[in-house]
Amino acid sequence: MANRIALTGDQTAAYAMKQIEPDVVAAYPITPQTEIVMSFSQYVADGEVKTEMIPVESEHSAMSACVGSAAAGARTMTATSANGLALMWEIVYIASSTRLPIVMPVVNRALSAPINIHCDHSDTMGTRDSGWIQFYCENAQEVYENLIIAPRIAEHPDILLPVMVCQDGFITSHAVEALEPFDDKDVKEFIGEYKPEQTLLDINKPLTYGPLDLQDYYFEHKRQQSEAMLNAKNKIPEVFDEFEKKFGKKFDFVERYKLDDADIAVVVLSSTAGNVKVVIDQLRDKGIKAGLLKPKIFRPFPDDEIIEALSGLKAVAVMDRSESFSNQGGPLFNEIRSAFYESDKKIPIVNYIFGLGGRDIDLEMIESVYNDLMKIVEAGKINKKVNYLGVR
Amino acid sequence: MEIRWHGRGGQGAKTAAQLLAEAAMESGDYIQAFPEYGPERAGAPIKSFTRISKNPINIHCGVTNPDIVVVIDPTLLESVDVTKGLTNEGLLLINIAKPAAEIKKVLNFDKGKVATVDATSIALDTLKLPMPNLPMLGALLKLNPIVTLEALESKIKKKFLEKIGEEKTNANLEGVKRAYEEVNVSE
Repeated sequence: MANRIALTGDQTAAYAMKQIEPDVVAAYPITPQTEIVMSFSQYVADGEVKTEMIPVESEHSAMSACVGSAAAGARTMTATSANGLALMWEIVYIASSTRLPIVMPVVNRALSAPINIHCDHSDTMGTRDSGWIQFYCENAQEVYENLIIAPRIAEHPDILLPVMVCQDGFITSHAVEALEPFDDKDVKEFIGEYKPEQTLLDINKPLTYGPLDLQDYYFEHKRQQSEAMLNAKNKIPEVFDEFEKKFGKKFDFVERYKLDDADIAVVVLSSTAGNVKVVIDQLRDKGIKAGLLKPKIFRPFPDDEIIEALSGLKAVAVMDRSESFSNQGGPLFNEIRSAFYESDKKIPIVNYIFGLGGRDIDLEMIESVYNDLMKIVEAGKINKKVNYLGVR
Repeated sequence: MEIRWHGRGGQGAKTAAQLLAEAAMESGDYIQAFPEYGPERAGAPIKSFTRISKNPINIHCGVTNPDIVVVIDPTLLESVDVTKGLTNEGLLLINIAKPAAEIKKVLNFDKGKVATVDATSIALDTLKLPMPNLPMLGALLKLNPIVTLEALESKIKKKFLEKIGEEKTNANLEGVKRAYEEVNVSE
């Protein structure tokens, strides 16, 4: 049996941060991320890491300190949730536009109002256009592995973009699970020493970060940023390969569960994917060919992988744990539907908005989605494009 | 296996759910333990949950059909539907100074087994504190050997020895053992 330790999702994130041992962590505690900051501060206080911990007075300051630190060439991390992410918004864009490889665990929580501390993805989905790479994690083990791989992706010289590693507030952040960690030594070797090509503090190569950039160059810099995200899509598989070589675990942009021979499938991010797997096993016992596609990375958007995985299906339901108020469904749904526009294969794709503010998503609800899909296959058409699951 | 714990904020329902899970993990099982977070404060009714399996646990929603329900505070019987969703072969274990058969009748719970133990008195005797959560774990293991008593004791030692010292840890272990011996079961 592999070495297992019992940790919450938050403690798992802090444990990964301990093994990564960044040069600087600047963070402000907010529910349900609090335990990450608490546990990591404990590691610092106990002398288990040499990280410079900056206890700032707000999330705006947290990300500002991270920008300064990362520009100075330090491996830098922070962590946040919901309203904290909203407060650091301005600097979230500055971090990615300045091409600073900051890594940030985000514990997904509903944005106010009304005030709510529980899980949905409205916080990080709001930052989907901010130029950050985004991972979404099903369980504590994925939080751990995604955090270990994140610095390598962020710091890749052809990428140089910040990375969010998102997990579901309370559902995984406060649930104790059995984590199978890697050896400290292997993690250190995999992550390696951070040697940025240029830093603000290199007096032999003086540089300016974040100057005024008007009509003359701003557009070019934005174009370069797009190119960085394209590079991310192309270079991330190289990091996956190295991860597999080091830790013996295969990594991909998406996870497919019983999808190869499936007729109908659900696409969903994070912890809900686990519930869907349980329902699939039950449906398979009844002879229903149900499957799941779980994108592990939402930015860069894995369009080719998603099209390839879903092309053979008769109907697909995309489940979004956030509302975009576009009257066109949630963000995951819109991007998947858009990706299919140029595909030869026209599959009926419907959307379900679910779980806002932490509303529990139980097995019966998920089964009802598969039942709807079977009806769509039978009728050959979609009745309703955007549906709300589990709302009164 | 799914277990639902009912307690009041401050009685250690979360700790009990987690301790059992950790002891099971150390015995080789996959585990999950989580509390139901609401506007919790000392004295408010709270729930926590334990899942234990030989296989990796994919499910991440709340427990609706528990195999076992443990009620750490007897006053909750008046305000909370503690048998809700309990499966037919289920076990209801309550901290109360009354015979199990009597409680079974009062609750009109004819589906499964009811067990009682006066865990608060045991905790007051041994620990000198009204903390019934660990004795409830002892009683539970008598009824269903989810882990061995030794595995739980070793987990408690590991968790508490450094934190609260030898005397209090031993008092806790004494409480666990007494509840293990004193639990009363209806048939």
